[in-house]
Amino acid sequence: MLKYIVKRILFMAPLLLGITIICFFVMHLTPGSPADLQTQMNPKASAQMKERLQALYELDKPIHIQYWSWLKKISRGDLGVSFSSDHRPVADKIMERFPITILINFLSLLIIIAVAIPIGALSAVHQDSLFDKIAGVFVFIGFAIPTFWLALLLMIFFGINLGWLPISGLRSLNYEYLTPWAQIVDLAKHLILPVFISSFGGLAGLSRYMRANMLEVIRQDYIMTARAKGLSERDVIYKHALRNALLPAITILGLSIPGLIGGSVIFETIFAIPGMGQLFYMAVMARDYPTIMGILLIGAILTLVGNLIADVSYAVADPRIRVS
Amino acid sequence: MNFWDALYRNKLMLAGSGLVLLLLFVSLLAPWLAPYDPGQIDLTKALVSPSMKHLFGTDQLGRDVLSRMIWGARISLKVGFVATGVAIIIGTILGAVAGYYGGWVDSVIMRFVDIMLCFPTFFLILAVIAFLEPSIWNIMIIIGLTGWMGVTRLVRADFISLRERDFVKAAKAIGAGDLRIIFLHILPNAMASILVAATLGVAGAILTESALSFLGIGVQPPTPSWGNILTAGKDNIDIAWWLSLYPGLAILITVVGYNLLGEGIRDLLDPRLKK
Repeated sequence: MLKYIVKRILFMAPLLLGITIICFFVMHLTPGSPADLQTQMNPKASAQMKERLQALYELDKPIHIQYWSWLKKISRGDLGVSFSSDHRPVADKIMERFPITILINFLSLLIIIAVAIPIGALSAVHQDSLFDKIAGVFVFIGFAIPTFWLALLLMIFFGINLGWLPISGLRSLNYEYLTPWAQIVDLAKHLILPVFISSFGGLAGLSRYMRANMLEVIRQDYIMTARAKGLSERDVIYKHALRNALLPAITILGLSIPGLIGGSVIFETIFAIPGMGQLFYMAVMARDYPTIMGILLIGAILTLVGNLIADVSYAVADPRIRVS
Repeated sequence: MNFWDALYRNKLMLAGSGLVLLLLFVSLLAPWLAPYDPGQIDLTKALVSPSMKHLFGTDQLGRDVLSRMIWGARISLKVGFVATGVAIIIGTILGAVAGYYGGWVDSVIMRFVDIMLCFPTFFLILAVIAFLEPSIWNIMIIIGLTGWMGVTRLVRADFISLRERDFVKAAKAIGAGDLRIIFLHILPNAMASILVAATLGVAGAILTESALSFLGIGVQPPTPSWGNILTAGKDNIDIAWWLSLYPGLAILITVVGYNLLGEGIRDLLDPRLKK
């Protein structure tokens, strides 16, 4: 088992390297530079100043040398200094926003698992029932609905018409003066819509996948064997079938992580949540290369670790994978 | 699957093709269908709620929302088709080469696919489009360049099973070259899954474009797109619900249409699903 994990981790390294190379080159080869953006609005900025900025950001060197120096810094755990006017270390900027994005994505994953798996399994067990058909429609709309639009509608309905939920930020204005318990309630209220929105897309995908798996498992011989030896229908479904259908669903969860992380740009912008997605959006607008690279790197690592956890838990659950 | 199920399935597909045709019709006839000029600004009529005169209301500059949505259908369709075209061409070529030749060529291409699948792709699209001037052509091409991986996997899988068939051996025996075998003999047999991927791809591209336009880095105003009308909806969320409701509904209906059509084609072409 340990050997398998080590092998997987070793396989991650070149993948990560490939991702950073593509990102770095794509970013630096697109026309224009951060120095342009900072000087073109300023009539006092001379051509020399622009050159000085280029040199300060090391943008005057050939791109492969820039990449190499970025890589060297990364290997020391240094993400560099932001190009934006605050000139703070990128690692600090990301770390203060990291927890909230992770919290929202983690809650979304929990909701996806808790809701999608029962829906998928029940739809399959009661194939063509009313429940299956309603779930089918729900899944179909889930695939087609633009989540940012759903967010707008929910904001209008729950935030403006009913006034039940706050529609932006993480804290109310009077947060400081609330009791600790009221602070938690306040935070939770601010999180309801963002978490719901970010889990919505994943719900459809996983429940449909779960349904397909379950349908396939139910037709297997060992399910017939279980029935033939007189087990109750409940035992057959929930002890024999469900466990086998759950296995492949684990990998799908791993694959859904890039989507979740990408989605955080959208919902953090809509709900004005000070997370990594919002930071990325601001960094992109300001051409803040070090911050962009830092977030892309962390996003890629999260994705790879998610895949690793999925594959390892798959291997733990299914001995056939380990052996081969 | 019995006769009624088949009919039910086909009815959904019929509905899907109906929606797709309707959209084609609307975007082709936009200049004649739109009741007003989509760019006509009239500040005295800003944010008028829906009425008989303006069925879907007006936006913050007094432009007719229905007319802007009708013109927006053109943009969505254009983005959907061109982006998917780019993705299908790249995906088909890479998948065909990987599946046909196998060996190290296959390994290199498939590792590249793995890398691309690990990306939070949306982040990359966002960065690149924000850096280039956000124009509709850039958007279409970038969405295509980041969406070919699924097609590559599909086409490769088809090629791996098809290349062992007798008709390929026969073509080789009469001396056909690799290119000829790939494009004239094997590819036509893989067209079914490519067609399905393309239909579903159009839906995905339209969704991505609308999200980008909504964030302000997609189609730029004054060019109307469903996504950028929604941005205005967000800015006026407490007063003008109609700016948020209708364009999103249009996106939803379009995507549902293409998805229904794609799945319908898949069911028709894949005999394994007709149990």
